[in-house]
Amino acid sequence: MINVNSKTLLEVRDLHATVGGAEILKGVDLTVKSGEIHAIMGLNGSGKSTLAKVLAGHPSYEVTRGTLLFDGHDLSALAPEDRARAGVFLAFQYPVEIPGVANNQFLRLAYNTVRGQRGEEELDPLEFDDFVREKMKLLKMNPDFLDRSVNEGFSGGEKKRNEILQMALLEPRLALLDETDSGLDIDALRIVANGVNQLSNKDNALILVTHYQRLLDYIVPDYVHVMEAGRIIRTSGKELALALEKHGYDWIHADDQMTEARP
Amino acid sequence: MSTAIWDDYLEKLIESWKKETQPFRTVSYLNRLRTNALNRVESLRLPTIRDEEWRFTDISSLRNTPFPRASTISLLSLDSQKNTFLNEPVCRLVFVDGQYIPELSSLVDDDSVTVCRLSGLANTCASKAERHLGQLADFQDSVFVALNTALMHDGVCIVIPANVSATIPVHVLYVTSGKEEVAAYPRCLLVAESGAEVTIVEEYVALREGASLTNAVTEIYIGESARVNHIRVQREAPQAFHIANNATFVAKAARYDSVSFAFGARISRFDQKITLAGEGAECQIDGLALIAGRQLADTHTFIDHANPHCGSRQLHKCIVDESAHGVFSGKIMVRPHSQQTDAKQLNHNLLLSEKARMDTKPQLEIFADDVKCAHGATVGQLDKESLFYLQSRGLAEEAARNLLTYAFGGEIINRVVVASLRQRLEEYILARTRIS
Repeated sequence: MINVNSKTLLEVRDLHATVGGAEILKGVDLTVKSGEIHAIMGLNGSGKSTLAKVLAGHPSYEVTRGTLLFDGHDLSALAPEDRARAGVFLAFQYPVEIPGVANNQFLRLAYNTVRGQRGEEELDPLEFDDFVREKMKLLKMNPDFLDRSVNEGFSGGEKKRNEILQMALLEPRLALLDETDSGLDIDALRIVANGVNQLSNKDNALILVTHYQRLLDYIVPDYVHVMEAGRIIRTSGKELALALEKHGYDWIHADDQMTEARP
Repeated sequence: MSTAIWDDYLEKLIESWKKETQPFRTVSYLNRLRTNALNRVESLRLPTIRDEEWRFTDISSLRNTPFPRASTISLLSLDSQKNTFLNEPVCRLVFVDGQYIPELSSLVDDDSVTVCRLSGLANTCASKAERHLGQLADFQDSVFVALNTALMHDGVCIVIPANVSATIPVHVLYVTSGKEEVAAYPRCLLVAESGAEVTIVEEYVALREGASLTNAVTEIYIGESARVNHIRVQREAPQAFHIANNATFVAKAARYDSVSFAFGARISRFDQKITLAGEGAECQIDGLALIAGRQLADTHTFIDHANPHCGSRQLHKCIVDESAHGVFSGKIMVRPHSQQTDAKQLNHNLLLSEKARMDTKPQLEIFADDVKCAHGATVGQLDKESLFYLQSRGLAEEAARNLLTYAFGGEIINRVVVASLRQRLEEYILARTRIS
């Protein structure tokens, strides 16, 4: 929801980033305020997933130019864990499997680390168990997932639900959902979207990185951005996603030419 | 090979033991076995790094300390508080510095497990010992098996009768008291008769730091369609030498599951040999070595597919920190007529420091043509994507590293079926990886 009086959460200015020496982000500008939902769309290789990883602090990516402010603080100077503790959350496109670590152990460790950092109380295993089971209902997750190893042997949909469960536990101020819709069937998509919607409020913000309009039927964005070649080339309202779905990404360039042709 | 003793280390060892060792009174077979082994020792020598099977494991420092037999055996106070006894009801057999201590042991009060000391073999145990003791662990080519056999003065024989499931696990606890720099030569024979089932835990622990030598031999005979679940935990003192040989015979349609942990000792060497001796025999042997400082942990395994339709699975892991050195050599032999063999071996190793070293040698020797065999080995550091994943959830880098290290080992620990032992192992590895 757009509210002009909201606080600016994220301010990205002229962001350039490289991976292995190759420049992927070539001047991204983006402002996200509390309460807003942004969708970032674009073809493969346009840089949208890279933007999400750079925001979360992936060590393989190097910021070479520009500024990255979260709540007025320079995010680029922080380690990934400090970003998480400050309230940035990345739901992974490919959640990592960690055999040998029980999901409940991992979730409790993450929860207590982040909550503890914020001066909130930590939960012991029994308290946490009650708490997490309640949160799992939101995503219609079977409690059996608590005893299994983190993401190991989970289906694509189960992994994505587990990501949103972590979001529900950590209550980030800025959540980046990197292609959370990929690999989900329509029922799972609805459940995940419904969970995300319930977690969304006027004090936090969402950035959805996606290929498809489909997710945006369920999580309605305030802004849709289109990325190409490492930059945001178009920003508009939710209708932009519908137009992209209908006409494809080439349509933007055709549209650009038409715009330029106007007197 | 010459029969003259030319290895002065062995010569001294044998001389001192000859003086002290009493003959077994009950079964003459044991005395003959011991004499044969003693004769064999006289034509062997301690291996050096010039021997292929000892290429990475230099035990020459063993010669620096005489390691006599313990002069006095004191009754120690052991309990679960000291991480020695298990919480579950078990058939507990306790050795202290190589000597069986009946006062600390507690046998099962039904007849699902029969236990005899080698020094007091009777009835079933006597006949089983005659048939199997010294037959499974071959001492012809192994000086340490020969020494154990020659010098054994105590040990246990455990028999699970046919078609009986042991009602509780057997826990054999080998304790090094650490009071003196002594040697122990524990010997264990487990016989699961056809259709029997048992879980056996062998645990080597030290009550305090200090040098010691353990040279252990365990033989396991698994009869037709019987099942043995074997858990082995080695957590000796950081200055200790630990050399152990396990030999297991798996009969037709029988199954052997084994999980081994090497945590302690300055130098440890574990040789495990499994013979799949009947059609349809199966085994799964897994292992975890977790070492740091200047520790060396060497695991040599040999799985002999001696018959058709047998299956074997193996997952061996090493976590090597600081200047420690891990060694794995795993051989799988598929004999010419062993068609329809299904064997899979994996060795994954985690190096946590620049100075850590790992030598791995997986080997398949296949002489049959209709088989399914696979093996692989990896040596690496912690996965960067996994580290980032954990950090992105708020865990500090060090905590994330520790958790992943714990997880790497956790996969093996999860295979331990005895709950209190599994928990203890988890706590141990958590403490070693410093996760709060």
